[in-house]
Amino acid sequence: MRFGLRGVFKDISFRLASPSSLTVTGPNGSGKSTLLKIIAGLLVPTSGRVRMESDSDEIKAESRRKLMAMVSPEMNFYDELTGAENLEFFMKASGSRLKPEEIEEALNEVGLQGRGDDYLKAYSSGMRMRLKYALAILKQPEIMIVDEPSTNLDASGRKIIYDLMHRHQQNGILIFATNEDDEIAIANERINLAR
Amino acid sequence: MSELTWPAKLIALVVKDFRVELRTRYSLNALIMFALVTLFALGVTFTGQNLTFRIHAALIWIMIYFAGLQGLSGGFVKEEESRTAMALRLYAPSSVIFFGKLIFSLLILTILVVFLFPLYYILMNLEITRIWIMLLVLILGIFGLSATSTITAAMVSKANVKGALFAVLSFPLMLPLLLVAISATTVCLGGGDSQALWDSLKIMIAYPVIVTAVSFLLFDYVWNN
Repeated sequence: MRFGLRGVFKDISFRLASPSSLTVTGPNGSGKSTLLKIIAGLLVPTSGRVRMESDSDEIKAESRRKLMAMVSPEMNFYDELTGAENLEFFMKASGSRLKPEEIEEALNEVGLQGRGDDYLKAYSSGMRMRLKYALAILKQPEIMIVDEPSTNLDASGRKIIYDLMHRHQQNGILIFATNEDDEIAIANERINLAR
Repeated sequence: MSELTWPAKLIALVVKDFRVELRTRYSLNALIMFALVTLFALGVTFTGQNLTFRIHAALIWIMIYFAGLQGLSGGFVKEEESRTAMALRLYAPSSVIFFGKLIFSLLILTILVVFLFPLYYILMNLEITRIWIMLLVLILGIFGLSATSTITAAMVSKANVKGALFAVLSFPLMLPLLLVAISATTVCLGGGDSQALWDSLKIMIAYPVIVTAVSFLLFDYVWNN
């Protein structure tokens, strides 16, 4: 992958089958977030490709969105909407109508009970991160992609998302980028992007 | 949890955009304020003067175009500036995003014209000889400007100088539409002949359809690269 003249990484190749997990490690600027964005379909690699298969048939790009959820500190929700409105909108945009109790349940799961009607601008950075996990829970994705899983989270928040990551890797594919030892230990496989 | 159809996803995006707009007035305030200031300046300058139909037509479309420039780039630019574009890319199909933003621009511009045109009509003591055709010209003009601004806004949203680039890119694209809209409006106000009106209307019908079709084909590349 290159940005202009600057190369970020090259010769990355791996296969994952469900259920499994992969962690991407490496120093700052090595391209961890870039690799996750390429897998999520948010960036097009300079060369190479991401291929997803189901029963040996390739899954088309438009269909991949339905299979994935991503949590990243770079990704923001709408400050002008409440937490519950954000979840409702993104789930509707991806094709699912939720019942209010499903939203409440997801908020409870990430420790945001009773905060669904608050505007996002009143949320702390940790609460915003928890809301992204609530959306990932609601989406029930086959592939969960997480960039820096514990960013802005306190101890209780970290426990919640580590439990979530452990659960997900037993049922689907979990891919995350981190340099935290506690988090690296969660994954079955590891790619190190040395500069 | 139940599955939603494509139109239901589209409605969800438009409702979200309106909800955000009503809570921030990001586009509407800029549009309405610019329109009011322009209208007031024109009213003061031309009161009591007998302007030709063509000058009235040109003033109407210049006002709509410049007021539109203030707010129409907002949809995509705000998504990039507030870093919500990444979540939108992940969760919404690009066809829903394109048509959702197009409908949002259409509605914003319609609100502007509904507000601006009657005020201009009263302030400038205008007479319209073909009122229904005038309405059609306004609707087609709004559609054309919205279609052009939607793809242009998507293109400039990732640039550093978004405002200037939006004006520079959108002007040559909108100019043909503006010229025929001015010609059609001139006839509706009482100048020109029916053949000129029909010729203008044909272009005004074709323009938004072509721009929308080409923009839709380009949008996936513009939005995801």
